Amino acid sequence: MTVRLTRRSVLAGALASGAMASPVCAPAIAQNAPRVVVIGGGFAGAGFARALKHIANNVNVTLVETHRTFTACPFSNHVIAGLRDLSAQQFTYEKVAADGVTMAFEPAIAVDAGSRTVTLRSGTPLMYDRLVIAPGISFNWSALPGYDEAAAKIMPHAWHAGEQTELLRRQLEAMEDGGTVLMSVPDNPMRCPPGAYERASLIAWYLKAKKPRSKIIVLDAKDQFSMQRLFQNAWKALYPGQIEWVGLSNGGKINSVDPKTRSLAGDFETYKGTVVNVIPPQRAGTIAQVAGVTDRTGWCPVDPITFESKIAPNVHVLGDATLVGTMPKSAFGAFSQAQICAAAIAKLFANATPDRPKLINTCYSVAAPDYGMSVAGVYQPVGNDYLEVEGAGGNSPVDAPQATRALEAKYAHGLFNTLTGETFG
Amino acid sequence: MVRSRALFIVSFVLAAVGGASAADAPRGASSCIGCHAARPGIEDALPSLKGRKASEVTEAMLAFRQDRKPATVMNRIAKGFSDAEIAAIADWFAEQQP
Ligand SMILES: Cc1cc2nc3c(=O)[nH]c(=O)nc-3n(C[C@H](O)[C@H](O)[C@H](O)COP(=O)(O)OP(=O)(O)OC[C@H]3O[C@@H](n4cnc5c(N)ncnc54)[C@H](O)[C@@H]3O)c2cc1C
Repeated sequence: MTVRLTRRSVLAGALASGAMASPVCAPAIAQNAPRVVVIGGGFAGAGFARALKHIANNVNVTLVETHRTFTACPFSNHVIAGLRDLSAQQFTYEKVAADGVTMAFEPAIAVDAGSRTVTLRSGTPLMYDRLVIAPGISFNWSALPGYDEAAAKIMPHAWHAGEQTELLRRQLEAMEDGGTVLMSVPDNPMRCPPGAYERASLIAWYLKAKKPRSKIIVLDAKDQFSMQRLFQNAWKALYPGQIEWVGLSNGGKINSVDPKTRSLAGDFETYKGTVVNVIPPQRAGTIAQVAGVTDRTGWCPVDPITFESKIAPNVHVLGDATLVGTMPKSAFGAFSQAQICAAAIAKLFANATPDRPKLINTCYSVAAPDYGMSVAGVYQPVGNDYLEVEGAGGNSPVDAPQATRALEAKYAHGLFNTLTGETFG
Repeated sequence: MVRSRALFIVSFVLAAVGGASAADAPRGASSCIGCHAARPGIEDALPSLKGRKASEVTEAMLAFRQDRKPATVMNRIAKGFSDAEIAAIADWFAEQQP
């Protein structure tokens, strides 16, 4: 305790005298185990915290997370289609804590990279030697006039899983047969690029079974999307005439929304829906903006080997909040990055040189419960960025037999269980 | 001071876990556990790679890479790795307790 107080007062002194993070602080913490604070307990943050404890057990790791229960987005489209309960998406942090990670269940509200301090909502300061920011995404509300927290209660986004997922589910259940479901999809970069088309597919699956006179219109701010041919072939085969996709060139980009009339205004037309799912434009989680580690794009540039911010030293950023080359924002990617970053930080504490990593990403999507497809990629640091290894990766074959689709749907479940099991189980 | 801190940290930070240190996972290896679970008892997970004979893993990866073995996604992933990288990944998993 005495040691801690001393350390604090030294740091406070440094802060008061206006000193920025500098080797001056180092001697004060020399006799203590290094401290790592992680903000955000998702696939990236919780995955990182456990991986670091596994590699370097004596590092003090504190994980700051607002919610006591994590609600996973992967497979939340199944919840929307009535194929799964939300409870199957929910996980606690008991096992994370059992690995020796100190949990702090409250939001982090400020980061001072100079004094290396995170402030929690209660006012508690947490000092770190290295900070990992892994808050996922936040919505860029101002980029879509008419859409805000209140509008999201009428036209849910369901792009953070939880209440919003159940709201969209209930709206679909309550819709009369013959209704129109509207979805608006933003441009990339966005969380889970294929996720919107998986959602359209599974909503169509539900409508086909329960409300066959209804249809779904997908209004898209882009002209091309992830696994496009695979999805469009599946739609033709499984839901003929039920899914209409309107790309950017046909006026699919939505410029404003009106919750009172449940309508979406594009360049050429205003669309009215019975149930409206608005997936708004996105950027890094708010705390990343507050910490000042985002750039003009709204995302966080990072070193490709250590995931250390290119803007603030000793601050690493992981998961959806980063821009890692063309790597899609996925739970698998977030988890992979977390493993690499944990190994790199352990090496940095040991004054060793982190290895050049390779990252794999695999995203499964389903067009129906037994119809799976995947996009994979292998990525490596090239210069200051991540590039895809040429000749590797790509989509499932367009002409794969049904048995392969069924196998990929099964692997999608396996992937969910593995990622959540490794992160929370 | 800085130096003694570094030495002190080196002494415990990289404690090897179960034979092969995760800090020394060869290039690409730590992504494998996204599907091939490292923790036991995960339903529907793909076969664990821990403790598998290195020759088995190497053979499988080479066969995937050359499209000699039926696959859904592994053929696409294997093409991103060189012979040496595959060998390193296989050796690293082979050293671990299943
Ligand atoms: C519909 C849908 C389907 C998807 N399907 C798949 C899929 O099949 N496969 C796949 O790989 N990916 C999928 N994804 C993407 C996946 O959900 C994300 O890529 C993944 O969650 C990113 O992980 P993360 O740790 O970066 O962020 P998150 O998982 O969002 O975790 C961030 C955490 O940080 C916490 N947090 C944020 N700010 C603070 C703060 N200031 N203080 C404390 N805590 C904070 C949040 O509460 C949250 O728990 C899907 C996404 C959606 C929306």
